[in-house]
Amino acid sequence: MMQQRRALALISGGLDSLLAARVVMEQGIHVEGVNFYTGFCVEGHTHAIRKKDRARPKRNNALWVAEQLGIKLHIIDVTEQYKDVVINPKHGYGANLNPCLDCKCFMVGKAVEWIGEHGFDFIITGEVVGQRPMSQRRDTMRIVVRESQVGERLLRPLCAKNLPPTLPELEGWVDREKLYGFSGRSRKPQMALAKQFGLMDYAQPAGGCCFLTDEAYSRKLADLWESRGAREYELDDIMLLKVGRHLRPRPHFKLIIGREEGENNFLQGYQRRFPLLRMISHPGPLTLIDGEVGAEDVELAACIAARFSAGRDAGQVEMQLIDRDGSEQMLQVFPMPVAEVRLEWYL
Amino acid sequence: MREQLDARRLLCPLPVIRTQDRVNTMAAGELLEVICTDPGAASDIPAWCRINGHKVIEMREQSGELVILIEVGEKKR
Repeated sequence: MMQQRRALALISGGLDSLLAARVVMEQGIHVEGVNFYTGFCVEGHTHAIRKKDRARPKRNNALWVAEQLGIKLHIIDVTEQYKDVVINPKHGYGANLNPCLDCKCFMVGKAVEWIGEHGFDFIITGEVVGQRPMSQRRDTMRIVVRESQVGERLLRPLCAKNLPPTLPELEGWVDREKLYGFSGRSRKPQMALAKQFGLMDYAQPAGGCCFLTDEAYSRKLADLWESRGAREYELDDIMLLKVGRHLRPRPHFKLIIGREEGENNFLQGYQRRFPLLRMISHPGPLTLIDGEVGAEDVELAACIAARFSAGRDAGQVEMQLIDRDGSEQMLQVFPMPVAEVRLEWYL
Repeated sequence: MREQLDARRLLCPLPVIRTQDRVNTMAAGELLEVICTDPGAASDIPAWCRINGHKVIEMREQSGELVILIEVGEKKR
């Protein structure tokens, strides 16, 4: 009896990786999935925090895809190692701070390590030639193969017919004729294939699965690096960039102002790391002060934060400052008039 | 044996990753109680358990936190 070959599929939660895994499973290959958590994954975070997003289905699409396919999914935390990809991308950034090509090389490289450790035979991705401007071009797809050191063990079932045969095809583990030759940015072939497999409910192709492709997010990350004088971050830093309004009224500090109860609750968890402002006299946001501040800075911060409270039109409002050491101080401030909150302060 | 995992304040998928990593060190039949605050964990941890052959015995809200009790299943590879 022929040995059943085993493949590891990179599962993002989108349609392409779902189809790629399914196409290979159809050929009798044992497939398991892997999903790398970089800290910048769009999955889940804002859904969990903001009320308006809670109306959306609360599901992790990678887990959902694995369940649809009936395969195991290994979610691997790569947040520490991924820093080097974001901070020093060898191939540079895309339109924002998205290091897509380095990211793909990194992820396929991690998958190579995984299959080596677990005795799997090859790797599957949902890549399609010409689909993405940076990481899914014929030339850059060759770079991924070279830099990840995957050799001939990377099968891209959706566009395999447009590429030279890989080991699984050459060895007859999979039938090349039953693979596909998709190319370009059109999603129609994938949608047709999904229909053929009876898959109607899948994550719709959108702006990508990574916050780094988002202009506003990238601007906040660039500001973080500039303000610290170093290109570095911790996981908490990049989580906080996803939450609240960020305003930098002075070069040495910025404010993170909760936009609703869910965000306030989330920000509250950081009260030992940042001085925190809480509205007392009126309903209003919880505000973190990121930076080393003096009394004048705190007063400015409180006036700005009060502008976003229900007391914005009141004369004086009362707030509480809770410092990192837990010490508390009451403040009486006048909310800053809307016109005085400068646009350039918004990050 | 019953173990406890504090996944408070972690946002998904981190509660799932921490659960996965802990379960991988446990034996079939053992129990793991996961405490989380991210509402997304209410769907993600059970989904991860279904995929990987583990069983959610109980899920309850306690003082605004989510407590999920998991029985570790057989690990097949």
